[in-house]
Amino acid sequence: MTETIEQPTEQGVSGAEIRLEKVTKKYPNTSAPAVEEFTMTIPAGKVVVFVGPSGCGKTTTMRMINRMVEPTSGTITIDGKDALHIDPDQLRRTIGYAIQQAGLFPHYTVAQNIGVVPGLLKWDKKRIADRVDEMMELVGLDPATFAHRLPRQLSGGQQQRVGVARALAADPPVLLMDEPFGAVDPITRGNLQDELMRLQAELGKTIVFVTHDFDEAVKLGDKIAVLGDRSSIQQYDTPDAILANPANDTVAGFVGAGASLKQLTLTRVRDVDYSTDQVLAVGDNERPAVVAEKLTKSGRTYALVLDARRRPQRWVHVRELVGKQSLDGVGRPVGDTVSTQSTLQDALEAILTEGGCAPVTGSRGELLGSIDINTVTSVIANVREEHGA
Amino acid sequence: MSLWQYVAERWDRLSLQAWLHVSGVVQCTILAAIIGVVVGIMVYRSPAGSAIATALSSTILTIPSFALLGLLIPIVGLGVTPSVIALTLYGLLPIVRNTIVGLSGVDPAVSDAAKGIGMGRVGVLTRVELRLAWPAILTGMRVAAQMLMGIAVIAAYAKGFGLGSEVFSGLTRAGSANSLNQALAGTLGVVVLALILDGIFVLISRLTVPRGIRD
Repeated sequence: MTETIEQPTEQGVSGAEIRLEKVTKKYPNTSAPAVEEFTMTIPAGKVVVFVGPSGCGKTTTMRMINRMVEPTSGTITIDGKDALHIDPDQLRRTIGYAIQQAGLFPHYTVAQNIGVVPGLLKWDKKRIADRVDEMMELVGLDPATFAHRLPRQLSGGQQQRVGVARALAADPPVLLMDEPFGAVDPITRGNLQDELMRLQAELGKTIVFVTHDFDEAVKLGDKIAVLGDRSSIQQYDTPDAILANPANDTVAGFVGAGASLKQLTLTRVRDVDYSTDQVLAVGDNERPAVVAEKLTKSGRTYALVLDARRRPQRWVHVRELVGKQSLDGVGRPVGDTVSTQSTLQDALEAILTEGGCAPVTGSRGELLGSIDINTVTSVIANVREEHGA
Repeated sequence: MSLWQYVAERWDRLSLQAWLHVSGVVQCTILAAIIGVVVGIMVYRSPAGSAIATALSSTILTIPSFALLGLLIPIVGLGVTPSVIALTLYGLLPIVRNTIVGLSGVDPAVSDAAKGIGMGRVGVLTRVELRLAWPAILTGMRVAAQMLMGIAVIAAYAKGFGLGSEVFSGLTRAGSANSLNQALAGTLGVVVLALILDGIFVLISRLTVPRGIRD
């Protein structure tokens, strides 16, 4: 992740609140309902991820929101309007829909695929063409290159981008995504997740996202709903709270091993109290003898040598300074630094590489402070305490 | 008299019958296509329905054409009507079967997405599913047309249209002057027309199958 992920501002929310109340789906000739009395409020402008084992009813639950599956009983409102008493086709044109295989129309070009919903809504040609260009830019596909390509001429990742663009084309307040990144390779998947987060920061839609990958849920969700059999809600909370304090064994099982490590991906270095005075920083033009004296005086064994623009260069041990005339080339080069944008997971990696303590740098690479293992462990301890674990 | 001379001398009559032959076959193919596609659309979502429709249309095909015409004559009389009925029925099998194969071969994710973004039932069918099944349907029509070119010859037995009357009268007059030429002219005419029609189908396929699903 290279970009700053900003929380959507209040004005940036174009999403609508979704309420499901005692929604039940029972298929004929089955004893148990597929979804039983599902009640949930999905806040406007937030990403809510339904996560759970295969066959738990998470997809069925999501598909009831746009009535791809007709609920047997219960009520669903979107932005206060009763979704069950609107013509289903009209309803679906106001809800973005992206699915696992993208489901692009193979006989349409990329531009035609994206323009389908605006076309159904009877926009005029000019407006559709403009919107298609805008959407392609938004998902990172150059219109000049890709507009007239056919789906089969695209990679899996590009197809998914078109799928997302098609879902967003008519600017729906609500977006339903059913394992949209399930069928692409892990690297592309990571990129698409980052892209989605960037889009969401810009658009502030209400997104219901279904996945069986808990890590994906942690990465994307403002809130996560862990679902069990018959779509029963095991826990519905922020990723932070679920990782820190799983409500029951089912959730704990789903969170899996390494909950604390996953927690580290949620916090960024800028959000923690990294130390600003733990490391002794010296300029590369200082005399070794002076540096040695500073080290002895402060009772430390290592100094961090900075260049003229205060960027970390090398670690120097006090013993290496003996008999040296200058700091040039003395000591061990700095292997890894963390920026304030880095996650604590990146920081931990750097700490392990550097052996105890990693320099924290600002946007131009200048030294801001340092982070060590104690900082990381105390963050985890705090989160756990906060969520009553 | 050589075959060429025979054809040249009777060109007016032969060309008219050739035209009637092709036109009859094409019209019956279109009729069979309309019925076949409608039947296919009605049954493709149900495995049982598909099986029944395919079985029924194969059964029709197993009835010898001579017998079917013979059975139709007492009901609808001689002439064009029994020929059209018989040809249309024979044309159904490849079209019904290919329509079912084509429609059920559409990727479920594509149909699901089409419905999910708000296309109505008719929209999904006409804008997506039939468009994607079109190459298969067209192949069915092509096979049907080829088959009907041959079967249409038998239609002469019921006093139907086309080159069949040449073949029949040539064969019944066997041994007399020009009888062989007459039968040959009719038979070869059918073969040539069948090849031309097949070429036209290839052309139609080029022009109507969307770029995105062309092989």
